[in-house]
Amino acid sequence: MRKVDLIVIGAGPAGMSAARRAAQQGLDVLILDEQPAAGGQIYRNVGQANAKRSEILGKDFIHGQTLTKGLDHANIRHLKGAVVWQIEEGTRVSYTQNGIGAIVEGQRILLATGALERPMPVPGWTLPGVMTAGAAQILLKQSGIACQNAVLVGSGPLLYLIATQMVRAGVPPLAIVETQTKADLAKSMRHLVGALRGWSYLLKGLHMLWELRRAGIVRHVAATDVAIEGDQRAQAVVFITGKTAHRIECDTVLMHHGVVPNTQAARSIDIPHQWDAAQSCFVPDCDAAGRTAVSTVFIAGDGAGIGGAKAAALMGEIAALEIAHDLERLTKTDRDAATQDLHKLLATERSARPFIDAAYPPYAGAIAPADETIICRCEEVTAGDIRRFAGLGCLGPNQTKAFGRPGMGPCQGRYCGLSVSQILSATNDMSLDDTGYYRIRPPLKPVTLGELASMDVSASEG
Amino acid sequence: MKTALPFREIDPVGNKVSITFGGIDLMLPLGENLAGALLVAGVMPFRNTPVSGAPRGPFCMMGACYDCLVQIDGMNVQACMLQVSEGMEITMPVVGGTADA
Ligand SMILES: Cc1cc2nc3c(=O)[nH]c(=O)nc-3n(C[C@H](O)[C@H](O)[C@H](O)COP(=O)(O)OP(=O)(O)OC[C@H]3O[C@@H](n4cnc5c(N)ncnc54)[C@H](O)[C@@H]3O)c2cc1C
Ligand code: FES
Repeated sequence: MRKVDLIVIGAGPAGMSAARRAAQQGLDVLILDEQPAAGGQIYRNVGQANAKRSEILGKDFIHGQTLTKGLDHANIRHLKGAVVWQIEEGTRVSYTQNGIGAIVEGQRILLATGALERPMPVPGWTLPGVMTAGAAQILLKQSGIACQNAVLVGSGPLLYLIATQMVRAGVPPLAIVETQTKADLAKSMRHLVGALRGWSYLLKGLHMLWELRRAGIVRHVAATDVAIEGDQRAQAVVFITGKTAHRIECDTVLMHHGVVPNTQAARSIDIPHQWDAAQSCFVPDCDAAGRTAVSTVFIAGDGAGIGGAKAAALMGEIAALEIAHDLERLTKTDRDAATQDLHKLLATERSARPFIDAAYPPYAGAIAPADETIICRCEEVTAGDIRRFAGLGCLGPNQTKAFGRPGMGPCQGRYCGLSVSQILSATNDMSLDDTGYYRIRPPLKPVTLGELASMDVSASEG
Repeated sequence: MKTALPFREIDPVGNKVSITFGGIDLMLPLGENLAGALLVAGVMPFRNTPVSGAPRGPFCMMGACYDCLVQIDGMNVQACMLQVSEGMEITMPVVGGTADA
């Protein structure tokens, strides 16, 4: 079995900057990421971007190249297309690469698995042609593919970013249907002064809105009763603003109302999680350096709580320095000297977050969906089903599995877990912490017999 | 050529290779993300659900939702996690078979 000092899972900004910093401290680092190139979600395929794509995607995107270049270090090995499916004893990681399974052992493990888009269950969201807005952005970054005749639905800065990128690509969206309200904006105002420390984000937001306006993009705000119509595929988005009912015909619908930590790996090793009311999601318990209850396992980046790419990179560095200290490559004094400034920068990075979270809350209609709305896309379980299970005495998400199999399909609850917890919590009038979340068990991704069989060989070869 | 398809390549690159989807011949860019290339070629849906037979296509493009499952060499695989290679023979996953192999 191969042994290294540090295994980093995820090659996004958090994982890349952690790997670089740890390597500089003399640690032997292995990065595993299921994608074929480094970058994570924000800097997807940044190393391969041509001039045209760079112009469309913007300066913030191209900045990612400094991080991907940083992986070029003698102490770093990056395994591309390596899907991690099990973590054991806080030190052993099983993964599959090119259909072959393998195990590697690390003295420390850093989970840098990032975020997922918050599930947005509305009627019709399972129709072909409906995708997450992030998926549309991935198509653009990775393949230079644009979605035509698209309507963007939801809320948040990422929605505006994707809209501006589509405008620059010459394929502007037909409209943006936004779910946040004036009341949300009013509530966010009390965070405005704090947010001024993160003024560059506010400025970027205003600039994006200006760019969209100049391009003549129609924005509908405070939309309610959002639904997608279509028979074999998405054909129109319907919604209400004020007293007006709208229907926009389209070919693609791109949904987004924020991102939430991808907690699958952390949950699979029983790291405790808490409900974060401000961000409306569960976050793993970890200290300021990212250390979890499993003392050899750290978490950095959006997987530890949503903070964006720059915060993710800073958290990665902080965790790397702590790990270097653990493994006696860095004295306590040197660690403290190095992390002090990073913590200050991190606080500034995070300062605009409370404002953004309050101004762009999740869409209420998708948090308490109508009964007939599908919640679990894999097993086609509806919101009404979940409420019925609650009526039968079901208190937590795990129990619902026995009634109707939600969360038991191949996605393992990634796009229904939060919804099921929130519907149960509301129906049973119980807190989210008491309601809890699905118990996640390995394998984190389906593994084939062939992959398992190949693994014994590579494991014993050492 | 002007196309009415919902997905369009803005900067076509790469040489194309032949593959089949459900027995139909398609020319797709070598090395391109398979889900993306199939979308541009007008393929939709990718599969029908085992529960109700409802049509589905790519949703997350990041390997998390499994709505892009297709069958290659008898195995169900995520199209968004693969690249186009010469001669791929792709079919829809068999409804009633295992969706999560
Ligand atoms: C679809 C999407 C698009 C986004 N686009 C933007 C944007 O344009 N601008 C912006 O500011 N923010 C964007 N975000 C927010 C984004 O989460 C952060 O800005 C930033 O990418 C977080 O960095 P990270 O390092 O924490 O995680 P990520 O960048 O998400 O990286 C996590 C990495 O872990 C890998 N991974 C996860 N699980 C496994 C596993 N089991 N095995 C192997 N590898 C695994 C993933 O492949 C991924 O590369 C986006 C988020 C999503 C979900
Ligand atoms: S589109 Fe979600 S897994 Fe491929």
